[in-house]
Amino acid sequence: MGAQLRVYKRRIRSVTATKKITKAMEMIAASRIVKAQRHVAASTPYATELTRAVTAVATGSTTKHPLTTEVEAPVRAAVLLITSDRGLAGGYSSNAIKAADRLTERLRGEGKEVDSYIVGRKGVAYYTFRERKIADSWTGFTDNPTYADAKRIATPLIEAVQQDTAEGGVDELHIVFTEFISMLTQTPVEHRLLPLSLEGAAEEAGTKGEILPLYDFEPSAEDVLDALLPRYVESRIYNALLQAAASKHAATRRAMKSATDNAGELIKSLSRLANAARQAEITQEISEIVGGASALSDATAGSDR
Amino acid sequence: MAAELHVELVAADRSVWSGEATLVVARTTSGDIGVMPGHQPLLGVLESGPVTIRTSDGGTVVAAVHGGFLSFADNKLSLLAEIAELADEIDTQRAEQALERAKSDEDDAAQRRADVRLRAVAGR
Repeated sequence: MGAQLRVYKRRIRSVTATKKITKAMEMIAASRIVKAQRHVAASTPYATELTRAVTAVATGSTTKHPLTTEVEAPVRAAVLLITSDRGLAGGYSSNAIKAADRLTERLRGEGKEVDSYIVGRKGVAYYTFRERKIADSWTGFTDNPTYADAKRIATPLIEAVQQDTAEGGVDELHIVFTEFISMLTQTPVEHRLLPLSLEGAAEEAGTKGEILPLYDFEPSAEDVLDALLPRYVESRIYNALLQAAASKHAATRRAMKSATDNAGELIKSLSRLANAARQAEITQEISEIVGGASALSDATAGSDR
Repeated sequence: MAAELHVELVAADRSVWSGEATLVVARTTSGDIGVMPGHQPLLGVLESGPVTIRTSDGGTVVAAVHGGFLSFADNKLSLLAEIAELADEIDTQRAEQALERAKSDEDDAAQRRADVRLRAVAGR
């Protein structure tokens, strides 16, 4: 076998192995999307009921709560960015990071300081590489987040919001994550979680325009609000984590699908080249034989004469 | 047929139980409260503890809830909890073990959780 042909054969073998791996990863991701979507669906009733209740309390009472009141001149905002722990997901993490960058830029333009809170190793790596300050970060659960994870994230954030701005507290809480719209579309979105805007919350719950009953509060409106709002933030963060996980799997699936397709193309063009090399080798061999034979016959013909 | 109210018991990550009931007893931060059909709209903060639901077919459902609240309006009661388990789902032995472990580790949260579970099982 010729040297060139051997090189082609070796490359085809290696690409075929890679293709098998990416194909397997694609199928794993596809099965995980379904699971992640089911988690999102399972968490929906809690989120809807909670939003409804929050809207009811906030509209039904005149209580002022630090988590719902807009500050006159906000000086500091917290941005929670949700990325993934692992790569091989195309532009998934970098798109979310870019969206967070845009938001940070905008907030800075409005004269606010920005504290970055990050979920996922990819985001942490991006920020540490650029030596940007990270207020807090969490990693290790982005593929399969639980409610306890959301709680762990929410606790310091809520503390920061409740703290006085002069002592390092924040006035606003924004969240950036990748929304799972469909199997094919996932877009990074940003929401302002706190201070809570009631119209937005009502819209999410689908209760806009609906007249909410006058509730009796047990023990009191303030206490109910105190207990509700952190739960609300937790549930929003939980929902964002779940959607981000589903989006991550969808992005992985797409990236791995195109990798598999590309590997297929590569194998095809490499086999063409290998075939051409084999043909060239055969042709050369034949011409060598023919050439050798004619030289031989010429030589014997000459000696006869 | 007695009046009924619709109950949804929802945990953060799943819907635990839903159905019709005639009486729901739960513990709020200011004491036990019983909700019957036609109750005034209500929003209350729940303590960790067992919730007893008397279903319209005469049965009783007991669930352990950990942190949450209840809201009642239009004859529909929503019980929301971060963690909620039906008494039938709770493994008594495991809960007892968890309680022992929590006591020896002096883990207050875990101890409370295990305690609530056991109380829910006892009320079954």
